[in-house]
Order: sequence, then C-alpha cells, then structure tokens
Amino acid sequence: MSQKNRIEGGQINRDKVLNFTFDGKRYSGNAGDTLASALLANGVRLMGRSFKYHRPRGPLTAGSEEPNALVQLRSGALQEPNTRATTAELFDGLSATSQNRLGTLSFDLLAVNDRLSNFLTAGFYYKTFMWPKAFWEKLYEPVIRRAAGLGSLSLKDDPDVYDKGFLHCDLLVVGAGPAGLMAALTAARSGADVILADEDFAMGGRLNSETLTIGNEAGADWAAATVAELASLPNVRLMPRTTVIGAFDHGIYGAVERMNDHLAVPQSGKPRQILWRIYTKKAVLAAGAIERPIAFANNDRPGVMTASALRSYANRFGVAVDRRAVIFTNNDDGYRSAADLHAKGIRVTVVDPRADVSVLKDYEVLSGAQVIDTMGRLGLTFVKIRLADGEERTIECGALGVSGGWNPNVHLTCHQRGRPRWDDGLAAFVPADLPAGMRVAGAAAGDLSTAGALAGGARAAQEALELDGAMPPLPEAEDAPVNITPFWYVKGDGRAWLDQQNDVTVKDVRLSHQEGFRSVEHLKRYTTLGMATDQGKTANMGGLAVMAELAGKAIPEVGTTIFRPPYTPVAIGALAGRHRGTEFHPTRLTPSHVWAKEQGAVFVEVGNWMRAQYFPRSGEENWLDTVNREVLATRNSVGVCDVTTLGKVDVQGADAADFLNMIYCNGFAKLAVGKVRYGLMLREDGIALDDGTAARLAEDHFVVTTTTANALPVYRHMEFVRQCLVPDMDVQLISTTEAWAQYAVAGPNARRVLEQIVDQDISNDAFPFMACGNVTICGGLRARLFRISFSGELAYEIAVPTAYGDALMRRIMEAGAAFDITPYGTEALGVMRIEKGHATGNELNGTTTAANLGMGRMVSTKKDSIGAVLSRREGLNTETDLRAVGVKPVDSVQRVPAGAHLMALEGPVDATRDQGYLTSACYSPNLGHHIALGFLKDGANRLGETMRVVSPLTDEVVTVEICSPHFIDPEGERLRA
Amino acid sequence: MIIDHPLLGPRDSSEFTYLGDASLIDRPDPAGEDASSDFYDYAYLRDNPAGWHKELWFHEAGDRSWLVVTRNTVTHEISKVELASDVARAQGRSK
Repeated sequence: MSQKNRIEGGQINRDKVLNFTFDGKRYSGNAGDTLASALLANGVRLMGRSFKYHRPRGPLTAGSEEPNALVQLRSGALQEPNTRATTAELFDGLSATSQNRLGTLSFDLLAVNDRLSNFLTAGFYYKTFMWPKAFWEKLYEPVIRRAAGLGSLSLKDDPDVYDKGFLHCDLLVVGAGPAGLMAALTAARSGADVILADEDFAMGGRLNSETLTIGNEAGADWAAATVAELASLPNVRLMPRTTVIGAFDHGIYGAVERMNDHLAVPQSGKPRQILWRIYTKKAVLAAGAIERPIAFANNDRPGVMTASALRSYANRFGVAVDRRAVIFTNNDDGYRSAADLHAKGIRVTVVDPRADVSVLKDYEVLSGAQVIDTMGRLGLTFVKIRLADGEERTIECGALGVSGGWNPNVHLTCHQRGRPRWDDGLAAFVPADLPAGMRVAGAAAGDLSTAGALAGGARAAQEALELDGAMPPLPEAEDAPVNITPFWYVKGDGRAWLDQQNDVTVKDVRLSHQEGFRSVEHLKRYTTLGMATDQGKTANMGGLAVMAELAGKAIPEVGTTIFRPPYTPVAIGALAGRHRGTEFHPTRLTPSHVWAKEQGAVFVEVGNWMRAQYFPRSGEENWLDTVNREVLATRNSVGVCDVTTLGKVDVQGADAADFLNMIYCNGFAKLAVGKVRYGLMLREDGIALDDGTAARLAEDHFVVTTTTANALPVYRHMEFVRQCLVPDMDVQLISTTEAWAQYAVAGPNARRVLEQIVDQDISNDAFPFMACGNVTICGGLRARLFRISFSGELAYEIAVPTAYGDALMRRIMEAGAAFDITPYGTEALGVMRIEKGHATGNELNGTTTAANLGMGRMVSTKKDSIGAVLSRREGLNTETDLRAVGVKPVDSVQRVPAGAHLMALEGPVDATRDQGYLTSACYSPNLGHHIALGFLKDGANRLGETMRVVSPLTDEVVTVEICSPHFIDPEGERLRA
Repeated sequence: MIIDHPLLGPRDSSEFTYLGDASLIDRPDPAGEDASSDFYDYAYLRDNPAGWHKELWFHEAGDRSWLVVTRNTVTHEISKVELASDVARAQGRSK
C-alpha cells in the first residue's frame, strides 16, 4: 500500500521498507517508524476504542504518555495487550490488532455506550448497581467487564524468557535528550562510570523531533554525534529501549530494558526484557517534559493530538497526519509546531485564546479564538472555532494540534513522597523535594529551552560528581523564553475529555465536586481520573485545574496525587524474571533423593525440600495402603527414613552448655558427654518455639536439631541470643544441616541392621537409649550415631558427611535385606509419631505453651532461659488450660477429622462452648482405627470422658473418648530395648 | 535499601532479615523484683516512631551478624550501622 501521508525528511530509513498488518490489513512502513507513525503515514488515524464509551480514538501523542492508541501486538501465546502504538518499534512482519471492541474497529457495537453517556458518569457503578444484591455477581459485573476494559490476555503460558540484572555506576542519567546527553558527556569525559538510559530506541529525545540547531548542526545530528562519542568511551553504558521505572531508596533505580520487542525473530538465548536494579552514587533526571492538551467538546477524535506530537510525526517520522492542520495553543511553543508544519507544506491555522498575540506570521493566526467543537465520525473532519468577536467559523481539516503548555516530567522525583512545586511562569509543577543523590536537568527541571537544557545537564553532572573547574564550553542553541497564559478547558455544553484513556470529562469532575469529593485523591478514585495505564500523564493537570477552579482555589492549594512507580507499565514476567514454575524458589534435594527416585518414591514439598512422602509398591490401591505397610513393617521389623532435612546446629565453645541452658527451657548443664536430651525452646512470651534434641559429643561440643520447617528461624534466634543477649559467652554456632546426611533406622531389628555397618559396639549396654557419639562405619568412615526415636521403636539416627549419603542408604538397605527393611516416607513418619504422641509443628503451632503440651514441669525454675519468666504468667497457668490429649472414636470405624473442635456430648454447638481442638489425626494400622492428638481444657484430668468432635467445615460429628496421647508403648519399653 | 555493614561494607537489604526494635537487646533481669512486668514490657511494648529508629537486622544471606541499624522510618535514611554484639557489650551485657 502507498504511504499517502508520508512527506519528505525525518529520520526514517526510506531504503528499508517494513511490511506489517493492523487488524489483518497489510501496510508498509520504514525502519525508524513506530507502529503509530507508520499507520499515520498510511492515513490510518483510528487505532482504538475508548475504555467506557467505546469512542473511536487515535494517537494523542508520539510517546510513552499515550492514552489512546493501545493495541495488541503479536499473536498466540506471545500476544501482548495494551501496547502503546506510539512507542512500539516497527519491524518487518509485525502484526497488531485493535482491542476493546465488539465487531470491527470502525463499527464497534459497544459504541452504544456513548449514547448512554448521560448515565455512565462518574460514580456510575456505585450508584447504579446497588441492588438487587445478587445481580452484581451474576449480571452486572460480567457485562461491565465485557464492555469495559482494554486488551485481553492470551491465557497461555508466556513462552518468553525474562531476566534480572544488577548494575553499578557513578552517575545514572535518565533520558537522552539535550540535557541528558550533555550530563552524560560531562560526566563521561571526567572518567566517571556513566549509565545513560532512554526509553526510546533512538537517543536524542526532543532533538529528534525538532528543527532546532545546536552549534552549527541540526539538533538531531548533534545528538547522534554525542551518542557516538559516548559509545566510544569505555566508562559509558548506553541503554536505549530502557525505561527507568522507579527511584528507590539509597540511590537504587529500577529499569526495564526491552531486548527483543523490536525484533521479528527474537535473538536466541536473549531474554525478552531485563529488569535492572541500578545502584548509583548519583543520578541526573533529564526526563524532559510532556505537552498537555486543552479540553474542549469532542476533543478526542482521531486526528486531534498534542501539537508537539504533530510536530514529531512531521519532523522525525516524515508524516503529515493531514495536509490541513489547526493548532490550538495558549503558549508560544504552539507556534513552533505551526512553523514546522508550515515549513513542511502543511496549511496551518493557529487558534490562540490569548487576545494580544501577533498575527503577523507566514500562516493564519486567530487571536482571542477558541476551538469549541469538532466533527467526524471515525476521525476529525471539521474544527469549529469561536472567534474573538463571537462569530463561529468551521475549518475542514484532519489534524488538530493542541498545546496547553508543557509539564516537566517530575514523576521520578516524587517516588519517595516528594511533592512538586507550582511554577507560575510555566503554569506547571516543577520538581521540589528530590530523592537523595538526584539532580534534575533540562525540561524536567522546568528549563524548557535547548540552551537551558544543555547548560542544566552539564551543571547537574558537574555538581553531582563534584567536578572542579569551569563549565565546559556549550554549543550555541535557542534560548526562547516560555510565554504562556494558563488555559485549561473551553466552557460549553459538549463533553470535553480530560482523561481520554479512562473517559473522564470536565463534567465528571464537576459532578464529583458537586457530590462532595473535594480532595484530589477522592476526585481521582471517584472519577478514575489518572487511574488508567498511562497514569494520567496527559490528563491529571487538566483535572486538577478544573477542580481548583470549582473549589475557588489556586492549583498548588489543590495539590497533586502521589506519583508511584512504575513510570510506565511493566510486564509481570519482567518482575518475575526467572522465578517461574519450578524455579519460583530453590529446590533442595536430600542425599537419598536419587535412590528414593529409583524406588519410585512419591515426593512432597516441605519448605524448599523435596522429601519422600511414601514408597508405593505394585498392588497397593492407594497411598493409605502404602503408608500402613510402611508403618507395620517398621514396627514389626525395621524401617529407614531420610531425616536429613531436620535442622542441625553445631554449638561449640567453653560456654556451650550454658548457652543451651539459655535457649532451652529445660536444663542442659548436667547432660553427660555421650548423651542426648530432648529440648523445648520457648519464645520470650512463654509460647513454645520449637523442639528437638541436643547431643553432647564433647564437653564443649553439642549438636542441636530443629524441626525441618524451623531450621532457619531457630538458627536466627540462636544467633540473636548469642550476639545480642550473651555476647561474651565463649560459644560459636554454625548450621550443618546440609553437611550431614542423616537417616533414622527404626524397629525391633534396627540394631541388627546397624551392627553390620557401625564398627563399634552398639549393644544396649554399650549404647543405650539416648546415647550418642562419634563412630566409624564400614571400616573407617567417620559418622555420628544417636540413639533417639521419633517413632517410639528401638531406633538410631546415623549421620555421615553428605557426600556419603547415597552410599550409606544403599548400604543400610543391603544390610537390612535379611530383615526386609522398609523405606518409609513422611506419611508413615507422621503416623508413627501420632501413635507415640510426639508433638510436631501441628502442636507447636505458635499458640501453645510447655504446659499445654504437657511439658510444664520441664520449664526449669532453677535457671534463666528464654521464655521462662513469662511462661509463669497467671494467664498461662489456670486450671482450665488446654492440655495435650489423645482422642479415639467410640465407634472404631469412624474417622476423626483434624482441625475439629471438642464439645460436650450434649448441648448446643457454638464457640462459647468450645472445649478444645484436634491438631493431628491419622489412621493407626497398629490399633486398627483412627486416632488423633489435640488439646482439651483441663485435659489431663479428663481421660476416659466421652465427648463430641465437631467439624462444621466438613459437616462431621464424631463421638470420641479422651485418652492418653501415647497410644503405643506408653512405658517406652520398645525404645529402650 | 543499602546497609553499610561494619565488616563487609555496603550490602543490599535483600541479604538481611528484619527483626525490629533494637530494645530487644535490653532483656530485663529475670531475678529482678519486677521481672514479671519488666518482661511484659520487653516482650510486648515497642515504640513505633515516625523518624529515627534503632532496629535489628540479621545478615542471613551473609556473615550471620546481627546489626543495629539506625534508620529513619520516614525517609529510610540510615545514619549508623553497628554490630549488635558491640552494642550489647556497651550496654553491659556479657554472659
């Protein structure tokens, strides 16, 4: 297709033609085009439909502030909704589709909303969809969701790869316009490490869109030469296509670099986007300024743009949006647009509401005039003007450039709650409180002239880096003053858009004011002004001005809403980086993992660990069959289980025993070398923190174990006590969880298995219950042996350096073959500990005390320990305190649900009659019925009582008998065998 | 945020775990006359200032030092970073 609106000049590469499609139709553009400029070159102004009213919309801008021209790029799983056509770099084969329409873009069935606009005003949802209540979920919301909104997701997994990276620099320069380039150049020549980031694919900022000169060359050429010099310096990193999205604490900036978005075929092995964390010593914000529109009736038709956008399309992209243009401006910069368009052969009329402007130009100027309306169903065809004398005039044109002045881009200066300051001369907010280390230069600082930008950039770099010497010589450039008379909206009856993306009009702001929403933050939430994906970059100022006028206040009195990161929308994928799917967090494998996999184990995630849950065998119908077999085999002969994941902390030093006395509520000072003791840790508030064992391997050496889940917090707590409470104790801690592979060998035949492996005598006399020691195995490998039992059976835990873990498991299985040794997983482990009445995380659940757990007497009164004082509080020591109990169903075939509550046998069921609750439940293959552990008020004195277990969640009521929590071998004969 | 570790230099705050008010170092005397109410204060009552605050950070992904960081909770400015063990000793804690 011909590019009928393509004109001479610009920075596009006319030799490189790129073919693309929009809504299935084929077009061609050139290298250097954006999707928007290429479509405009082809005479396409209509690019989308508005959010609420489905009004036809075209681009308002030529940059990232774009509210209207949002499209979907690519297709299938790669589909990317809500992409701004004004920043999407054109590539050959690009396919884009319009969004938020029902039917075609030119015939959108939902445009009926526009006819209903009298009803769809601010607060419409709140007022209309109040009742009937059920209608909201079933009718209103689905319909509204279908009609309103932007693009849609592919609902497929994103096949792209994203990455994260870290950068460091002396100076980060944000924005590569004249100020940014000059700042980067000044800094780079001093030898500083400089990063220059710009969201555009071509560095140069406004210089690429202007006909200005710098020195004796075109501004764009000066920019190109400066970029070339910067690129040649080893201390400079140029980052085009990189948006700095946030200014965070201590000079850390976030930035998103788009690596592949502009390529038809992504570079293989390269991520699509990289989220950079940039650590800076200093930063210069040179983010430029954004031209703001003026509101008037029907100011949202395709073809109505900011004046500087028309100028950019003409100067940078060689596109005349139309050969006849009107410029509506309240400031002198509008005349720059007019002059540039005029020079390109476009017929221009300037409409200026100021009464006293000179009309002596090469083009027509209407002083004291206002644009009062526009016409054109799918794009601008006529502009209606009220002249100074009150007469009306209509001009036929397809392009209307609007300039209400320029807003310095203060966004990043406000990310740490800084508030901008109102500048009367510019009629705009300028930066005031800056984040530490940040300087602002150029238009972002309110220096709107090119000379001001160059000088400001150089000065900012000099000050930031504390460079000595005079200012570098600056090339000559225009230094025109800003001349503006604030003018925000044209009064009239028609709908005048402030926020085009969220369809907020002057009327909506007026209505919200009438209804009492006087704070700017309330205005924002009620009307949704500035809440769209563009965050109101072109809208907020107008809304504030209208609000100020209604309230009879000055604009600075009304204030601004808070600017928050990110500066422009960021793909969720970029924030996730590589932390997706199985890589969401690290996966830790136990030393026996490979072996367990060979056995066909089913694994379960426990924190970051993968633990064997059970080891199914053929013929077993479900997991319960497997678990029952594993439990019975262990209790009847011998089983083996990987317990490496339990936390292990090595405690060494002359004061090691005193230290353990401090962290455990029970005493450790008198524990003999070669012995293990159960220990209970409390929090300082008297609640149980964790439990485990401490084995004394030498006078000054203990090995402490923690539960798997608490390995990290307990270690942290121990270090806290050591460093913050007892800093002079001679004690050192190190986590050795990963250093040792540890297996529990349990069951009546456990000793017979280990006798074949351990070189030393492990008979009951030589190595009784709760013994521990350094041993050797298999003829010399150092190992640790602990005679401890979680299952309640005769049991050992044996530990070897992790590298030998796999070999040890295979050796144990070999030695145990004669006894039909059975590997068991976490399920069987759980069943056996419930049968034995051992507490675990379910019981140490952050609300229970040592007394609740039936271990109240363990809290030593003879020594200080963490939590001891508050554990003696009156409130934690009443007669009706919860006590650990066991529970079994009266009818032995019934299940007992964990989490259920204990209630009296008779009477109503409600929270006030709650007697306690169940924490752990399972089927006991040894007893042949379900069992549970729980807490019951005064439970220790209520054994034998019959109660109800009530689970409103699962709608179960079971009659149970309260019993001892030790279902198996309460005297502990087995473990001492 | 960046925490200037007294031994390791500037480190990113993501390497640290936050605990809270550094008054946790001032554990009361369990044998004191008012031990019960002192411990109640110690365990439950914290200042929550908008401004300068001494707080405990643990270099969990680093050298496992507990640090006392003096930080402005409004601006996140950090004025001082000390080893908690030094602070504890200076406050008279020993064994």
